[in-house]
Amino acid sequence: MDQFTLNLLFVGASFALYIGIAVWARAGSTSEFYAAGRGVHPVTNGMATAADWMSAASFISMAGLIAFTGYDNSSFLMGWTGGYVLLALLLAPYLRKFGKFTVSEFIGDRFYSPTARLVAVICLIVASTTYVIGQMTGVGVAFGRFLEISNTAGLLIGACVVFAYAVFGGMKGVTYTQVAQYVVLIMAYTIPAVFISLQLTGMPIPALGLFSETTATGGEGSVYLLSKLDQIVTDLGFASYTEAHKDNLNMVLFTLSLMIGTAGLPHVIMRFFTVPKVSDARWSAGWALVFIALLYLTAPAVGAMARLNITELMWPGGTSGEAVSVETIETAPEYDWMLTWQKTGLLDWEDKNGDGKIQYYNDKSDAMTAKAAENGWEGNELTNFNRDILVLANPEIANLPGWVIGLVAAGGLAAALSTAAGLLLAISSAVSHDLLKGQLTPNMSEKAELMSARIAMAVAIGVATILGLNPPGFAAQTVALAFGLAAASIFPALMMGIFSKRVNNIGAVSGMLAGLIFTLVYIFLHKGWLFIAGTNSFPDTVDGSLFGIQSTAIGAVGALINFGVAYTVSVLTTDTPQEIKDLVESVRVPAGAGAAVDH
Amino acid sequence: MADQSTHIKVKAAEDGAGYWAANVRIITISLIIWALVSFGFGILLRPLLAGIAVGGTDLGFWFAQQGSILVFLALIFFYAWRMNKLDREYGVEED
Repeated sequence: MDQFTLNLLFVGASFALYIGIAVWARAGSTSEFYAAGRGVHPVTNGMATAADWMSAASFISMAGLIAFTGYDNSSFLMGWTGGYVLLALLLAPYLRKFGKFTVSEFIGDRFYSPTARLVAVICLIVASTTYVIGQMTGVGVAFGRFLEISNTAGLLIGACVVFAYAVFGGMKGVTYTQVAQYVVLIMAYTIPAVFISLQLTGMPIPALGLFSETTATGGEGSVYLLSKLDQIVTDLGFASYTEAHKDNLNMVLFTLSLMIGTAGLPHVIMRFFTVPKVSDARWSAGWALVFIALLYLTAPAVGAMARLNITELMWPGGTSGEAVSVETIETAPEYDWMLTWQKTGLLDWEDKNGDGKIQYYNDKSDAMTAKAAENGWEGNELTNFNRDILVLANPEIANLPGWVIGLVAAGGLAAALSTAAGLLLAISSAVSHDLLKGQLTPNMSEKAELMSARIAMAVAIGVATILGLNPPGFAAQTVALAFGLAAASIFPALMMGIFSKRVNNIGAVSGMLAGLIFTLVYIFLHKGWLFIAGTNSFPDTVDGSLFGIQSTAIGAVGALINFGVAYTVSVLTTDTPQEIKDLVESVRVPAGAGAAVDH
Repeated sequence: MADQSTHIKVKAAEDGAGYWAANVRIITISLIIWALVSFGFGILLRPLLAGIAVGGTDLGFWFAQQGSILVFLALIFFYAWRMNKLDREYGVEED
């Protein structure tokens, strides 16, 4: 059986499973559509949250970004896990006690203002749509590879599948489907990593393999995997893997943005409305992080090991030997993956100096100029290596059996689809439940509400697909922008709503608007207006940027502005009414948390 | 009678304030540890830990890529356990 059929078999079987579960648990009433009837066990909820959370960014993109920069991208690892601490300690139990369906309902009630609710809805829609763009980038990569078509065609087919999938689900379908998706995606991520770790270090646990001595190649005695990696990448003029090359300010702000954003994203927070009790909401966050950590502890090992494997494939005789020849790439079976990925347009090479070999090195490094001149190299010949292909190509790079490759294809699609579905649900509930039913047409029937939810999904996925054709960055980078927006707008409002009785309606609204507008404008100034390439005023580099802060890191600053503005405005205007102070008091204690208040 | 009901109310308010103050204290301590392992050991204080070698690199690298995640997990489970205990101490747990 050839690889294409095998991939099709794995992807087809996993899809049949998800759709089967979704049909079996098809959503009935609106209450079930949004919050799954609130009967979900903390461990189940944690697993579904993990699937919902770990998107194309975590599964497909993150290890690739770590692989090519090493330590500097540790921000993704700390940021996307550290946010759960904020969520568990500062938000989840109180929002569960409050007992409504959506994040914006809490903001609307706590700040006793329909305007606050409206602003929250806008913030949610902006952040979630940006997030879906990142997902669509990943969906395009995954579908492009597995159908062996161009990235663009893959993206369009993927968009149709995501839509069909989300529209028939609703959260109940999504909760149990996502448990199945978690199982598929964690197996798809860890099984190849275990194989590769065994090949390179003899250690079956990849997280430990990363810090072990390498057994493969060399023979110069015991060398740590990371020491070897540092040495070969610096030999080729690249920045070392384990040292820091980014300034502390940007690294801290970027990490903080991802953490705060995690605790401010509606599709994750909504998960904590679905547990039966306040104490369960506390445990749920922990269980979610357990399931997330299984992937996140493996990811840095996947990145480092893949970087080592790729470099060794390009330099089979070592970095001081000869580069791989064009003929070998085209004929040797262990280079087949390069030919299949070339079809997607995400990987390419060119024999610039016509010596029949492909020299992969950093042609921007001054140290390499002399060596290149001496050897007659005319620039890096591995001309395109999209970071987002690394995880999906990883089992092929390591020459693993065909079924592992099929499994990874299924896992990558599971990751992208589950999160896209969760986000679309958050967007559709924001539009139909908060915007239409809550504000514009309160007398809307349940049926009309469900219909408008589905129309909102269709519009959101359309916008995300168009912008996803020309994304503002690799999947994980686009997603990082979404986190910045959530960090700057939603999280501060939720936290102040619980921890301060003084912050009032005007304060919250001004804070959210200040945070959102500041962050959005800063991102657009560096990434282009509405992410349209070429319309940016500043280059998105540390040196060229407006405040010396990269656009992915600006969310943390936006959040501080939100806190500052909200508090200052509140102190200058009238105090919150007594019933709001009572509401805050009641949210702070678990006792008396009943089932959700229906409308 | 009036005196007694006022007394109960005041006591309940004090208990409520005590519960919240205890909660905020636990949160503060947890967040200090949260920041110390990630922003501290993982980024800003990494040079101080450079002398401690871990598998081909230093302790700061380990904290940045794995250690902080393990500490985060411990923090969340500690908080859930501690708060459920605190709920019972103050009698504010759910039915």
